[in-house]
Amino acid sequence: MEADPLWPVVALSLKVSLAGVAAMLPIAFALAWALARGRFPGKLLLDGVVHLPLVLPPVVTGWLLLIAFAPTGWLGRPLAALGATVLFRWTGAAIAAAVMALPLMVRAMRLSIEAVDERLEGAARTLGAGRMRVFATVTLPLALPGVLAGAVLGFARSIGEFGATITFVSNIPGETRTLPLAIYSALQTPGGDAQVVHLALIAVALSLGALIASEALSRRAGAGRGGHVL
Amino acid sequence: MSFEVTVRRRFASGAEVEARFASGAGLTALFGPSGAGKTSVLAMIAGLLRPDAGRIVVSGETLFDGAAGIDVAPERRACGYVFQDARLFPHYRVRGNLLYGAKARGTGGALRLGEVTGFLGIAHLLDRWPRTLSGGEAQRVAIGRALLSGARFLLMDEPLASLDMARREEIMALIERVRDELGLPILYVSHDRAEVARLAGQVVEMG
Repeated sequence: MEADPLWPVVALSLKVSLAGVAAMLPIAFALAWALARGRFPGKLLLDGVVHLPLVLPPVVTGWLLLIAFAPTGWLGRPLAALGATVLFRWTGAAIAAAVMALPLMVRAMRLSIEAVDERLEGAARTLGAGRMRVFATVTLPLALPGVLAGAVLGFARSIGEFGATITFVSNIPGETRTLPLAIYSALQTPGGDAQVVHLALIAVALSLGALIASEALSRRAGAGRGGHVL
Repeated sequence: MSFEVTVRRRFASGAEVEARFASGAGLTALFGPSGAGKTSVLAMIAGLLRPDAGRIVVSGETLFDGAAGIDVAPERRACGYVFQDARLFPHYRVRGNLLYGAKARGTGGALRLGEVTGFLGIAHLLDRWPRTLSGGEAQRVAIGRALLSGARFLLMDEPLASLDMARREEIMALIERVRDELGLPILYVSHDRAEVARLAGQVVEMG
């Protein structure tokens, strides 16, 4: 078995993670909003379901995705009607990465939404701003650093995604073989040690960079512009 | 009549707030001990808190009528609410705070930025962030923000409470000028008898 060329693997990983996080961002924000501000029956259950990928064995998450997106599954059937499938495609890897990143994204965003002082929103309304305008000019700007921190954290999680991905979309070079899967393959290849070292170093650098960026953003969110950081 | 208010609201805690008063032009003080529900009454007039029942009419316009099903949204009540803690937007500079209401309403109202900043003595603060302001400066900006939003009446919730004695005197003189020169009806919440005696033409006791 040939060693995978290094950069195409990294590029695929970036593409999968970025696409997954970008597509999941609005969903994660909506869930975070519902959990932070909503009052509805079943909120605890929704909270649990959102956090499920964090505690479920990733192989189970991957298997559930496989069932849902199979040509006869409840998500696969409408896709098949459109002539599309995500099975064994990079898009499927992006879905797996996004689902695994969801709990972390929602947590960070929820905290930042909860940190917004609702009294400021009330003040904005007395000044003539309707609900949408208050959201756009007060709530969102104040929550934004936390929302971005959640997205970056989700990206970091996506880069490392392994179990759900390999279960759901297999390990296909150039299509679904992201960084962790390439490391796994290299480990099983005689003489693949150098490849492992290179890929692992890249994984460490990407993850650490994303974590630091996320932490910097959430500190800024915590301090707000009302604190010491501008 | 400037303010005609009859409201009742029971809170989840079991506490009940009830108020009934009518007042003329000028500054009316809502006076009473802490916990009497004065702030809740202001919030109901502003539309931030919904009364269980009652009627709120300001300068002849019905803002709330439980029996008739009228409940004007807070953004359409044109009230200038000055909060005890100023409550400036931390992510806008002073200028952005002052102009927030004019932008939201799409009109500047009768007053211009230059007039108001001159009147309140805050022209030199326009490019500052709220966190860099002293308590007195923040409260003046808050009054300016309320005036510039095109307010037809003012609600002031203990605007002097968080200020030291020297600042209090300064802001009190300013409120007297707002009262005398702008002719807007003002409802002023306080638990300080001296303050009320000096500012108010009419006193409503609560609690």
